[in-house]
Amino acid sequence: MNPLTAGRLPRFTEPALLVVCLVVTTAALSVLNAGNPGVIIIVGALLFLLVSFALATSVEGVRHAKDRLAAHVVTGFFLIALAPLVSLAWGTVSAGLARMDVKFFTYSMRNVIGEGGGAVHAIWGTLIITGMATLISVPIGLMTAIYLVEYGARHRLASAIRFFVDVMTGIPSIVAGLFAYTLFSLFFGPGTKVGIAGAVALSVLMIPTVVRSTEEMLRLVPNELREASYALGVPKWRTIVKVVLPTSLAGIITGVVLSIARIIGETAPLLVTAGMNQSLNTNPFDSPMATLPVFVYYQYVTPGIPQDPYHARAWAGALTLILIVMLLNLVGRLISWKFAPKPGR
Amino acid sequence: MTADTVTDPPGAPGALRRTSRQIGDVVFKGFSTGSGITILVLLAAVATFLVGMSIPALTADAADLPFGDFWAYVAPYAFGTVWAAALAMLFAVPLSVGIALFLTHYAPKRVRQIFGYIIDLLAAVPSVVFGLWGINVLAPLMRPLFVWLNQYLGWIPFFAGPVSGTGRTILTAAVVLAVMVLPIITAMCREVFTQTPRLHEEAALALGATRWEMIRQAVLPFGMPGIVSGCMLGLGRALGETMAVAMVLSPAAVINVHLLTSSNPNTIAANIALAFPEAYQLGVNQLIATGLVLFVITLAVNMTARWVVARRKEFSGAN
Repeated sequence: MNPLTAGRLPRFTEPALLVVCLVVTTAALSVLNAGNPGVIIIVGALLFLLVSFALATSVEGVRHAKDRLAAHVVTGFFLIALAPLVSLAWGTVSAGLARMDVKFFTYSMRNVIGEGGGAVHAIWGTLIITGMATLISVPIGLMTAIYLVEYGARHRLASAIRFFVDVMTGIPSIVAGLFAYTLFSLFFGPGTKVGIAGAVALSVLMIPTVVRSTEEMLRLVPNELREASYALGVPKWRTIVKVVLPTSLAGIITGVVLSIARIIGETAPLLVTAGMNQSLNTNPFDSPMATLPVFVYYQYVTPGIPQDPYHARAWAGALTLILIVMLLNLVGRLISWKFAPKPGR
Repeated sequence: MTADTVTDPPGAPGALRRTSRQIGDVVFKGFSTGSGITILVLLAAVATFLVGMSIPALTADAADLPFGDFWAYVAPYAFGTVWAAALAMLFAVPLSVGIALFLTHYAPKRVRQIFGYIIDLLAAVPSVVFGLWGINVLAPLMRPLFVWLNQYLGWIPFFAGPVSGTGRTILTAAVVLAVMVLPIITAMCREVFTQTPRLHEEAALALGATRWEMIRQAVLPFGMPGIVSGCMLGLGRALGETMAVAMVLSPAAVINVHLLTSSNPNTIAANIALAFPEAYQLGVNQLIATGLVLFVITLAVNMTARWVVARRKEFSGAN
């Protein structure tokens, strides 16, 4: 007998045990006539945990049994978290593909009742409102991050800004929407619903994420680069523009793209600020503007009769939204992967 | 500065360079400081506008308010907000800590990064899509479980009947919320778990600890403040989440702890989303005032989280 492996369970024990447990559970539950696949997996997994713990305790001792139990539980948690992701992806794709046709991307909902119609107005609205939110947030966020890293240092103002940026990160999205709503009601009459109000609401949510990610990136720029530039007599602002920003550009762009991906799916603030419109409206300063998330929401919760075409449009809209967000995430990751230095561990 | 410009002859390259440099620096610094101050002004504006719009609802006579007395109106929703978020945290916290441990200490090294991305994908799903999924996929799946719970554990008040016919109960909403906050808590926990000093881990292993004992003795104590603040961030998100709850829950204005029935306490955020499009005059003010209550609740949670993190920073030598 090999002294190094004595008192240890052979490697194949656990996979074999898992299979045995699942088979036994399937058989037992089929006899009891409760053959739901979900129930079988849950009961089988619990049985496996119990049996493997007992087996490991008898062979290896209770400490190693606990170690194995922890490893199984932790792996199980990861698999549990995958379940909603898979189910969500499958549900959205299977229900959304039906209406992912040319008509969906070329027609609005103007004068559409029942079948047909599309979301072109909502897609335009989402692009316009998100674009304007980006135009508002990126300059403010970028310059604030520059202030925090390059000028603020340990000023009271800098620490105040840092604190309140943190506070802003925690603002619930609906509260940001209410803020933009009151702002525009105050200046343009009660009940004003326009695209730009939505952009302001989204900016409140986007600015803190841009500040945080940019600040992090600027801090990564080595001080030697700045000092070399100062030593050559370059003024501070040119050092920032020509040395600091180009060095951290990839990271900053990644941060911006990811924060766009974060706000493009926001529904609640747009519901109260930009409202809903059945027709294409590309003017963010006049009349309500449809957006993709709000379109999905209204198609689903206020369907006409028959419901099916409305629900099909909602799912197609959801699928489009997911695809846009995934694409943005992918672009962000690609930029950071392509240009950023490789991480240590 | 004046001495320089006096001694340099006008038009000399040195003087020109120096003044343009100063102007550039002043303008650039002005712009960046201005942006920082803009953020402070913006936040002050958010607070001012919310308070300003809430005052009419808070001071008006209860008889004039479309939704009745303000505090009686907001109480069930405030309860629902906290209750739904607490239930969500009950599921999300153990799962997230476990997943973060899996990603940092158990998963094979080569696939760690990919597995991490997969969990991050959950954070990228828009809330309205979670809402659709909650109604159409999750609720029907949960219903048999609800029936079973009610049948065998119905004597516990939480599982009292009658069981909702659609499965759109606060328990379903809490599960959706848990899935939504899970990636946030996981990301935060992963961050601190990878920062555990290597020497602590190796010392524990060298003394003969198993991997699980090493985690309990080295990783978890070191990461505890990170776990706490990650949970607080997740809690803040769960408290403010709107659309998923608005779509999944079949709402009512009640205070109860029944998890399986069709009369569930609605949350503040979801109630605003549902009632706002049809609200008018004082009703708008009243809804905004509920938004203010939500703002205060999330603010308190977030401040606590920041305080925990800041306190931790003071004590650790790592920074």
